[in-house]
Amino acid sequence: MSPLLSVENLRIAFPSRQGPVEVVRGVSFSLGRERLGIVGESGSGKSQTGRAILGLTPVSGTATADRLEFDGVDLRSASTRQWRKLRGARMSMVMQDPKFSLNPVMTIGRQLMEAVKLHGGKSEAHDKSIAMLEAVQIRDPERVMAAYPHELSGGMGQRAMIAMMLVTEPDLLIADEPTSALDVTVQIEVLRILDRLVTERGMGLIFISHDLRLVSTFCDRVLVMYAGRVVEELDARRMSEATHPYTRGLLNCLPTITGDSRPLPVLARDDAWLE
Amino acid sequence: MSIGASRQSLGEWLQSEQPASRRQARLGQAWRTWRLFTGNRLGMIGLAIVLLLVLVAIFADVIAPYDPLLGGDLRTMRLLPPSMDHLMGTDDLARDIFSRVVHGARLTLMVVALVAIIATPIGLLVGTVSGYFGGWVDTVLMRVTDIFLAFPRLILALAFVAALGPGIENAIIAIAITSWPPYARLARAETLTIRNAEHIDAIRLQGASSGRIIWGHVVPLCLSSVIIRVTLDMAGIILTAAGLGFLGLGAQPPQPEWGAMIAGGRRFIIDYWWVATMPGIAIFTVSLGFNLLGDGLRDVLDPKAGK
Amino acid sequence: MATALAEGRSRALPAFLGKTVRLLATIAVTILGLLVVTFLIGRVVPVDPVLAVVGDRASQSTYDKAFVELGLDRPLYVQFGLYVEKAVTGDFGQSMLTKKPIIDDIARAFPATLELATVAILIGTLFGIPVGVWAAVRQGKLVDQVVRIVGLMGYSAPIFWLGLLGLLVFYAKWGIVAGPGRIDISYEYAFTPTTGLFLLDTAMQGQWGAFRNVVSHIALPASLLGYFSMAYIARMTRSFMLNELAQEYVVTARVKGVAEWRIIWVHALRNAAVPLVTVVTLSYASLLEGSVLTETVFAWPGLGQYLTNSLQNADMNAVLGGTLLIGIIFVGLNLLSDFLYTVLDPRVRRRA
Repeated sequence: MSPLLSVENLRIAFPSRQGPVEVVRGVSFSLGRERLGIVGESGSGKSQTGRAILGLTPVSGTATADRLEFDGVDLRSASTRQWRKLRGARMSMVMQDPKFSLNPVMTIGRQLMEAVKLHGGKSEAHDKSIAMLEAVQIRDPERVMAAYPHELSGGMGQRAMIAMMLVTEPDLLIADEPTSALDVTVQIEVLRILDRLVTERGMGLIFISHDLRLVSTFCDRVLVMYAGRVVEELDARRMSEATHPYTRGLLNCLPTITGDSRPLPVLARDDAWLE
Repeated sequence: MSIGASRQSLGEWLQSEQPASRRQARLGQAWRTWRLFTGNRLGMIGLAIVLLLVLVAIFADVIAPYDPLLGGDLRTMRLLPPSMDHLMGTDDLARDIFSRVVHGARLTLMVVALVAIIATPIGLLVGTVSGYFGGWVDTVLMRVTDIFLAFPRLILALAFVAALGPGIENAIIAIAITSWPPYARLARAETLTIRNAEHIDAIRLQGASSGRIIWGHVVPLCLSSVIIRVTLDMAGIILTAAGLGFLGLGAQPPQPEWGAMIAGGRRFIIDYWWVATMPGIAIFTVSLGFNLLGDGLRDVLDPKAGK
Repeated sequence: MATALAEGRSRALPAFLGKTVRLLATIAVTILGLLVVTFLIGRVVPVDPVLAVVGDRASQSTYDKAFVELGLDRPLYVQFGLYVEKAVTGDFGQSMLTKKPIIDDIARAFPATLELATVAILIGTLFGIPVGVWAAVRQGKLVDQVVRIVGLMGYSAPIFWLGLLGLLVFYAKWGIVAGPGRIDISYEYAFTPTTGLFLLDTAMQGQWGAFRNVVSHIALPASLLGYFSMAYIARMTRSFMLNELAQEYVVTARVKGVAEWRIIWVHALRNAAVPLVTVVTLSYASLLEGSVLTETVFAWPGLGQYLTNSLQNADMNAVLGGTLLIGIIFVGLNLLSDFLYTVLDPRVRRRA
């Protein structure tokens, strides 16, 4: 079976005063109906990779690839029309902070129903939205439908966001740091909901995060990115077998309860990894 | 050492990543800002227009071919259309309009300069004192500022001129009185951000008086943003002055003030269009110049607002 | 979570009331300040208010009597008290020029200004917002540059000069609009000016000939003022839209597959509308002011012309009354914009 998504030699460049700067430099991977994690520090190009798959590279930047295919559709040459049929309906994305990613002057209900209506299903938009809010374990969906984003807590907002992105039952979900802006206590809850929905519906997931441990417990496979490149690809169950010094550094930077880890380990960087 | 090489070393000195002195860092910053500004074509056009205004005002006596106040022969030289002899024609008193427009540049420049000189210190003083002391001083001063802001500018200037009597000096005072509130607001906002800065605390601990801190340390930090704001307002000041002149409340005849000249030509607009049109072109050009300059400055100094 | 929401709503009402009270206090203080300023200006003018009442041929005894009647023998703060008391009841005294109460004069002149400013702000908003949105969407492109330059030209031209040129070209040379004034004399008695807004009056009374005449008169001054407010509104719309289009919720909408036009005109513009309301109301207010010059040029019998006429005849009561009225309108429109702000922005509406 051909993969759901294949990416070959993806490059994204932004102009700067010193000429174009590549923030993603030749990333390749393919994805089936599985859970793939992309890990890296800020500026490593992981978010831009996620956005490029959805064709959402900012206007100032340029994304090129030798191959960028989603379920047989060549995304590089997709028309506006094709994109609109893909986005929302077949692939979608949960972003970092519901405070910014939800439209502040529209009620949750309107935003949620807009997603349903756009891809057919005008009549059942309301019922579908309610059902979806229940699926993300919101106990009082009617009330949340009528609420504005600022009236919800971060965890609630992110659940609403997940509901909005999954209500059309897409085949691929990109989650870009979906829990980084949330309190630690609700992070696990939101992740559990996301995990359950992804597994139940059998969709492909790209989980972007800076937290290697979190990603490895949550995904099947992990890509480690550094300075726009994939430096290592790992099976999530075999994290201890990581060989790249950067990955090892990421694994070792977590504090342990037992034992004194003084001096605190510092992430080592090497210009050689850039090549 | 050749001239070319020394110039290059100056450029390098200015662009150095490791300035050796504070002066070098400042000059380098100014140099980079200037380089950025020269890249802004519209801003450069604005600068050129403003410089032209200054030059014309300085050399008005040399440039103007005729006397701006004394007309020619009333029987033969009234209301002549533009020609090689009279580039902009003549008015109803047989005066050369071009010469009057050239001399009018002096009045315009004077208005702009005086308003800036009067209004900027008032705004700075009210704003910094208000922001520095806070509390009831702030409340009272800001209320007063709000009251002045609540009045439409031209109307308030009209009322002041009516009270003080028409004339260019009073028009200048009236415009200045109505222009300071936004500067006070701005200076206050700036002061609030620096009031509790550590270097101000340090000076306070050394026992400096409030007056000394405000004058010596707060005002200089607010100055640049207020000056930019004043530059942005110049076009508005010119238009208000011209409006007062047009209503007969600014400069009095026979002074060659552009607004008053338009008012003078209004009666003949249908048959002798140039009399009112020419000074209008002058006002338009100069205020466009200030607007382009201000716009360019804002783009360079505050990239967020322009984008 | 549900309880938190409920709490938020029950807390919202007193918060809103508190805000209103604070706002009303601010307005009261501001209007009082306006009164102080107009009062002081009235006292420093070199016009003798007694002579204005009794005329310069009155005997010394008449003069003295009027001096006392006007309260001029009393301390300044008592005089101010009287002034405020009268102003509150709408009594600004009598016009020297028309010999009528100022308030009546103003009531006659104001609808003319209101009609002109309203048509102008409609033109400015209906064109300014789409143009600004267009420029924001095509940032840096030709359209954006053109909009910017046309806008800067609008900022730079003296309105009275453009008005004169407009009259010269469109009225005198081409004859496609009517000349100065609000209406031709031949139509003046064709209808009763119930509201004083001639467009409304003629239309409601079915006087279509008069209506066309009124339109022809208002077209030029309203387009001119409309151009000026359009320049401002378009510029602000552009900058607000650029800010909104860079927000994350726009990306969310794209991810959902929302069409680009809907993202721009529904998602982003709905957010940009919040600060835009302030811009539009403030430029409406400045139209009521800018009309002083326009009304003079177009012989428009509105508040601006009334004020300039009074000024030129040193009719201080009229000037101060008119100035105060415009000040109050300014404050009132600020209040309106605050109110609309709360209506449009749910974050303000349901929070303190």
